[in-house]
Amino acid sequence: MSAVSINEQSLGTIMKSEHTVITQAAANEPVAVKPAPVKVPIERTFAVASGMRIALKWLLPPMFGLMLFVSLWALVSYQSPGLPGPIPTFHSAVEVFSDPFYQNGPNDQGIGWNILASLQRVGIGFGMAALIGIPLGFIIGRFKFMSDMMAPVISLLRPVSPLAWLPIGLLVFKAASPAAIWVIFVSSIWPMIINTAVGVSKVPQDYMNVARVLNLSEWKIFTKILFPSALPYMMTGVRLSIGVAWLVIVAAEMLTGGVGLGFWVWDEWNNLNVEHIIIAIFVVGIVGLLLEQFLILLAKRFQYE
Amino acid sequence: MEKYVQLEQVSMKFQTKKGSFEALRNIDLSIEQGEFVSIIGHSGCGKSTVLNLIAGLLEPTSGLLFCAGREIAGPGPERAVVFQNHSLLPWLTCAENVYLAVERVFSKTENKQQMLERTAAALELVGLSHAAEKRPGEISGGMKQRVGIARALAMEPKVLLLDEPFGALDALTRANLQDELMGIMAKSGCTTVMVTHDVDEAVLLSDRIVMMTNGPAATIGEILSVDLERPRKRLDLAEDPHYNHLRGEVLRFLYERHAKAA
Repeated sequence: MSAVSINEQSLGTIMKSEHTVITQAAANEPVAVKPAPVKVPIERTFAVASGMRIALKWLLPPMFGLMLFVSLWALVSYQSPGLPGPIPTFHSAVEVFSDPFYQNGPNDQGIGWNILASLQRVGIGFGMAALIGIPLGFIIGRFKFMSDMMAPVISLLRPVSPLAWLPIGLLVFKAASPAAIWVIFVSSIWPMIINTAVGVSKVPQDYMNVARVLNLSEWKIFTKILFPSALPYMMTGVRLSIGVAWLVIVAAEMLTGGVGLGFWVWDEWNNLNVEHIIIAIFVVGIVGLLLEQFLILLAKRFQYE
Repeated sequence: MEKYVQLEQVSMKFQTKKGSFEALRNIDLSIEQGEFVSIIGHSGCGKSTVLNLIAGLLEPTSGLLFCAGREIAGPGPERAVVFQNHSLLPWLTCAENVYLAVERVFSKTENKQQMLERTAAALELVGLSHAAEKRPGEISGGMKQRVGIARALAMEPKVLLLDEPFGALDALTRANLQDELMGIMAKSGCTTVMVTHDVDEAVLLSDRIVMMTNGPAATIGEILSVDLERPRKRLDLAEDPHYNHLRGEVLRFLYERHAKAA
C-alpha cells in the first residue's frame, strides 16, 4: 500500500520536473530559433521525448520488481520439483482464462464463475456490515453513553479470528453459503464501526461551535457537519473492511465449499493441480488490488482541503 | 440608548485536572445598542471567555448575563459570532456556508428565493460575489474571514461578536478588512463586541475599549472611551494627536500597569 503511494508521489515530482524542462525549453525557443514555423515541431518532439521518459521512469522500477519476483520464483521452482515455474503456470493460465465461464456441474466451473461467486459473497457480507456498521459508528461517536456501552462488547469481539464465527453461522443458517457471508459480515464490520466512530468524535470543535451558534437541528448537524467531516475516516474504515473481507473469503470458502475462489484452491489442491493454485493466488491478489484502488479513487472524491 | 448587553458580577471558574481555575472574577459591563466595544488584554487574560459567555457557548459560574433585557441561556442566532479561524465548513461553497446561517434564521418567514437573495446580498456586502461558488480551500485567508463576517451579518444579529477576527491575517490584509468592517458597521449599526490584542485595531474601530487585567481571576481594569469622530480614516488618524494619546493610554495600561512577564 505505502509502496504504491510513494510511487505516485515520486511520479508527481517527476512530472513536475519534466514540465519545468518543457516550459524552459519552450521559453528559450523564440530566442534561440528566430523563424516562427520551426518552433512547433521542435516543441512537439520535446513533448513526445519527455513523455517517453516519464513513462520509462514510471514503469521501470515496478518492472524490475516484478522481474526479480518472477526470477526468484523460477529459481525456487527449479530447485523443488513439485512447484511449477512461471512458464508452465502462464500456459495453464492462458488455458484457464480462455474459457472462464464453462459449467460442468456444481463442482467444476470456470474461473469467472468462481471469481463472481466470491465477489458476490463479499459484496453481500460487506454490504450488510456497512449498512449496520456505519450508522452504529455514527451513534457511538456522537453519544458518549452509547460509546461507553458498546466499548466492552466491541473490544471483546473484535480480536476474535474470523473463522471462529463459521460454526455459529453454520448452526444458525444451516447452509454453507450464508455461513460464509456471515463470516465476512462479522469480520468486516469492526473497522467500519471503529473508524466511523473515531471520525465523528474527531469533528473539530470549531465546527460544532458553528452548529451551536447557529442552533442547527440534529438532522442539519448530521448532514452538514458530522457526515462530511467523518467521511474520510469512514472511507478508511470501508477500505480496511473490504481488505479484511477479501482476505477472509478464501479461507471461509475453503471450509464451506461449493463455488468460489477459496473452494477452487482447495479443490485444485485435492487434484494436485498446483498451477491452478498459483493462478488463484494471483487472481485473489489482483482482484484485491483492484478493489483497493477503486476505493482509493472513491475516497479521493471526498477529500477537502 | 438602552443598555443592550449587560454582564453583572460575572465570574468563571474552569474545572481542570489540577483543580479549579478562576479565569474571571466579578466582571461588570454594560454595552449600549449600536456601540462598538473592544476587549483588549494580554493573552490568557480571559477576554475570549468573556466573548464566549456573551455568545452563550459557556455558562458563568456565578453572575448574570443579559441581552436585550433577556437572560442569556445558550447560543442563539441573535448573537452571531465571527471566529478567529473563520470556521467555515470546507465541504460547502462560500454561498452555502452563508446560506446555512440564513436558512436557520429566516426559513420560517421567507421562501427560498428570498433567502438566496439574502445570501447574495451578504456576500456582496463583503465584496465576495465573485467567490460565491468557491470552496473555502480555494480562497485566501482574508477572503475566508470575510465569508465568516458575511455569514454572521446575514443572520441580521442584534449583537455581533468578533473573536480576534483578524488575528491570523497579515498586516496589510488586516488593515484592509478593518477599513471594510468600519464601513459595514456604519451601514448596519449593529452592536458589536470585539476581542483583540491589537492596540491600533482597538482604537481605530471602537467606541469604548475594555482593558482587562492579567489572569488568573482577571477582571476589568479600565474602560477607555474613544471619542474620535466617525467616519475615521486610518491615514488622517496617524497624525492625530488625540488618537496617539488614546493609543498611548492603552499601551501604558498594557505595558506599564499590567505588564505581563513573558
